[in-house]
Amino acid sequence: MFVKEVDCRGLACPLPVLETKKALEEIPTGKVVVTVDNPVARENITMLAANAGLPVQVEENEGNFIITITKEGDKGPEAAPQAQASAAAERPLTYFFTSNLFGQGAPELGMVLIKSLMTTLAAMNPPPDNLIFINSGVFLTCAGSPVLEPLQKMASSGTRILSCGTCLEYYKLIDKLQAGKISNMHEINAILSGPGKVVNIP
Amino acid sequence: MLRHLPRQDDPRLLVGLETSDDAAVYQLTGDLALIMTVDFFTPVVDDPYLFGQIAAANALSDIYAMGGKPLLALNIVCYPTCLSPGVMSEILRGGADKVREAGAVIAGGHTVEDSEPKYGLAVTGLVHPQKVVTNAGASPGDALVLTKPLGTGIITTALKAGLAPPEACDVAIKTMCSLNREAAEAMQAVGVHACTDITGFGLLGHAAEMALASGVSLAFAYERIPLLPRALELASTGLVPGGAYRNRDYLLPRVNLAVSLTPAQQALLFDPQTSGGLLIAVPPERLEKLLEELAVRGVPGARVVGRAVARQDWLIRVE
Repeated sequence: MFVKEVDCRGLACPLPVLETKKALEEIPTGKVVVTVDNPVARENITMLAANAGLPVQVEENEGNFIITITKEGDKGPEAAPQAQASAAAERPLTYFFTSNLFGQGAPELGMVLIKSLMTTLAAMNPPPDNLIFINSGVFLTCAGSPVLEPLQKMASSGTRILSCGTCLEYYKLIDKLQAGKISNMHEINAILSGPGKVVNIP
Repeated sequence: MLRHLPRQDDPRLLVGLETSDDAAVYQLTGDLALIMTVDFFTPVVDDPYLFGQIAAANALSDIYAMGGKPLLALNIVCYPTCLSPGVMSEILRGGADKVREAGAVIAGGHTVEDSEPKYGLAVTGLVHPQKVVTNAGASPGDALVLTKPLGTGIITTALKAGLAPPEACDVAIKTMCSLNREAAEAMQAVGVHACTDITGFGLLGHAAEMALASGVSLAFAYERIPLLPRALELASTGLVPGGAYRNRDYLLPRVNLAVSLTPAQQALLFDPQTSGGLLIAVPPERLEKLLEELAVRGVPGARVVGRAVARQDWLIRVE
């Protein structure tokens, strides 16, 4: 296990973040221990680590902050940290639901699969950043949906849940929306065409 | 710091220090008032010509935020002797071009030697005394319109780190170079209650000044606030300027933020802006007309971001 120490005392923003990022890229697994002397650098480095899904600890010592970021490989096979790193790189992660069923075939099966998918998504850490629902997908965010519980769980851990307003209107569901917010094509397009990864659920 | 200066009681001084407004306004005659402002700073981009334009657009903005028209400008330059004079002339050319675009004239200036280059302008403008738009007129019920996206502080921080995607820089630079003239013309055509431009104190800092000066509270909807492309993503990797945290720490006791806002989302709300947009408080019956006038004049980024409400125990809320 590698331990890399980085002394960023005396460096102004954004250099401490830059140095930390470099150090994290240099080691396959292990710890990066960064010493900074100002709260701005502390907050920015903590945010960098949290965004990459890496555990971070901060200690205060004589006016300095010692930040330990763990890039772990112990949790399982060697592929794990890589998977974590690539998941972090592909943020924001968006799931795009165009139907209230998962896959084509028997509707009963489609419903079972969508429930299973939602439960799986809700168990992800961190959960997806965005769930977008269009066309009959909006039935999933409204009263009577079988997946409201996992959706609400994700919403409470920060996932943005967006239902197409035109679709809600078409299916007369506007006042039945139970999870997330009403959105529009402008916002939906901004997410779909923006950075990150979009997973289509046809 | 400014509160320790003596109060000015001259009745001709229509807008002074008291309400932390964007510029001073001094009445000359029954239908003419002078607006004066000064602003200069260190380079935010590497290209000296673009930096000149941005610094000028930023200085001119204070005139527009008061509803006025710029008339005359004076250059303020700080410059190290070790830097090539060619760089300075490019900065000045950028400033001059932007001032000309604004329909004003550069009439002189002053240069001092300094270890780091700085550039900006002192600008004088004119406005009808009855058409001055201050930050003190917002009323409960007013809609709040923001005319440029947020995130220039974060993008320029990423730029310094060499981590800003080129397309994100291009949009940010274009935003910073663009004048607030069209937005100001649109609000004057409609008649609005209050206006301020968003600069170093960030959206919520300048909103707090408006709320205090107007005796109201302002409620924002985070999802409606326009952001520069990639700014949120860059903020979440820690590329947040120190000013954003200073703004946050100063304002936090009076600001009520939804718990669902991530640290990166908060950073954007407090991100110090260079040559930011106008925040306009408009009575609801004139909102549609304002959006129309903004669209006609080609202010594409303008969005309704919140509303003014009667004073609450919080000054600013973001949901």
